[in-house]
Amino acid sequence: MSEVIVETRDLSIRFGGVLAVNNVNFSLRAREMRCLIGPNGAGKSTFFKCLTGQHKINSSNGYVFIDGHDVTGWQPYEIVQLGVGIKTQVPSVMNGLTVWENLWLSARRIHGKQGASAEVDRVITELGLQSHLRRVVGELAHGQRQIVEIGLVLCQRPKLVLLDEPAAGITGAEADRLVELIKGINQQAAVIVVDHDMNFVRMLGGAVTVLHQGAILVEGEADAVMSNEKVREVYIGNRAK
Amino acid sequence: MIGDSANFSSAGRTQWGWIAVAVFILLILPAAFDTSTATLLAIWALFALSLGLMWGYAGILSFGHAAYFGLGAYTYAITSMNMGESTAAWILAIILPAFVAALMGSMMFYGRISDVYMGVISLVFSLILAKFMGATAGEAYQIGGTRLGGFNGIPAFPIINLPGDPSVPIFGTAFYYLVIFCLIFCYLISRWILSSAFGRILLGIRENEARIELLGYDAAAYKTGIFSISAAMAGMAGCLYASWAEIVTPALFGLGQSVEVIIWVIAGGLGTLMGPVIGAGLLGSLKLLLGSQTYIDNSLVIGTILVLVVLILPRGLLPTLMGWRRQSEQRSVRRAGNKSMRRRKSSAHSQK
Repeated sequence: MSEVIVETRDLSIRFGGVLAVNNVNFSLRAREMRCLIGPNGAGKSTFFKCLTGQHKINSSNGYVFIDGHDVTGWQPYEIVQLGVGIKTQVPSVMNGLTVWENLWLSARRIHGKQGASAEVDRVITELGLQSHLRRVVGELAHGQRQIVEIGLVLCQRPKLVLLDEPAAGITGAEADRLVELIKGINQQAAVIVVDHDMNFVRMLGGAVTVLHQGAILVEGEADAVMSNEKVREVYIGNRAK
Repeated sequence: MIGDSANFSSAGRTQWGWIAVAVFILLILPAAFDTSTATLLAIWALFALSLGLMWGYAGILSFGHAAYFGLGAYTYAITSMNMGESTAAWILAIILPAFVAALMGSMMFYGRISDVYMGVISLVFSLILAKFMGATAGEAYQIGGTRLGGFNGIPAFPIINLPGDPSVPIFGTAFYYLVIFCLIFCYLISRWILSSAFGRILLGIRENEARIELLGYDAAAYKTGIFSISAAMAGMAGCLYASWAEIVTPALFGLGQSVEVIIWVIAGGLGTLMGPVIGAGLLGSLKLLLGSQTYIDNSLVIGTILVLVVLILPRGLLPTLMGWRRQSEQRSVRRAGNKSMRRRKSSAHSQK
């Protein structure tokens, strides 16, 4: 059995009177893919932010372990330095810089001065961004910016990739390509995908964890989860009937 | 290879041609102005460059940058007075502001305070220094044998001399060229910083600090670094100013000094290194010209210019001029393309 790459123990986050994350015990092994789904307000993004350090937690909130390190209360950059690649819900790129410059900044930390350019070339070729190389990222369409952000993750060659709504604003053909891309990433790294697009989740395959009111409702294979009565009731609702 | 380091165009380029023109102008400036005025303008340009580097390329706006200018000036005055010569004073006047800025910066940036609060804290810091220095008139306030002098400041300290030789003071035209050397040196250092990985990460911070952290960089450390470098340059400008004015007063820490440098940077062009230098040169000259008349208040004119610049040239003078130049180049390329197309068409037509 491969090692556990990410684990949460009794993780709870409360915003005022609302329990956004409720005693979540979650674990993922190396090179495993897990989709995290749930209706709006289920606590997906808050849980995601706890993993990435964007939401500050302390030991009273529970514990987060990444690659064997207790990262509770760590800064995002410290968590990333453990080999974590993060794509946020809204494309978080450097809009005033070109595609090449964005990717170079990502590659520079891992691959050094000498190797950064070669790594950027590899990722640009892999993502088919050659024609956008010198374009300022702020001028690109939303979907292209999503791809650039995934490029930022790829340049880091992470062992854990966290993708928050990677399919948001992406068209059908782009979604197919994105699925292939994520599957490709999963060959080298464990992947957690947060999304609420069921078709996209089905296309990705892998296990699914359903969150509801901040707690884990059910975990299992995609098809089994989709046909689960509780899931249909709280997440899919009448639309599935 | 698809890309190389030359692809990092957002950091700007060292425009050697323009630098040569600027150096030529600076060298002949004493012919147009008296040397003393030209020296003062170059010192202000160095002060503006220090803020322009930090604000334009790392997105850090300090509303109280005069704190480091004043610290440099006071450090120079106190040390040179105590030591009787300028070598150690000159070095301390650069190191101390850098050290203070590193302390302030690490508290502010690791404290994760917002940009607005950062601006307010930096302003308050400079005002506290101004207030404190103004209240040091008593005999108790002396460092070594140097009295701080309250509102009257510290006069009559040794001016900059040849390193290690107090019998050879540097003044007049020689001092002007020393200031020019410092300005060019700081410009080239800034350019070098921007072309390094450190400078490129600063650009990333300016664009999206959260993303830079998600790429694994400690943004607070980089911001503290550039804050400290910028303060060192401001301290150097302060030190040169002290040697030029031969007196330092609490006004050096004042709000007016901090606001003026912000206006110079905005007017010259944020996000360029030459812009703040040009802004300081032009608006500084105007300030000196207006200073000799009594019909209209100086600050009123400078304030009006700021409003006009923001409305008419929101990017500042230099970026606007560069934009016009780029547009005219594109137009001439298009015109040349159309001409050659017409020529090809007519030759194809004549062949038929």
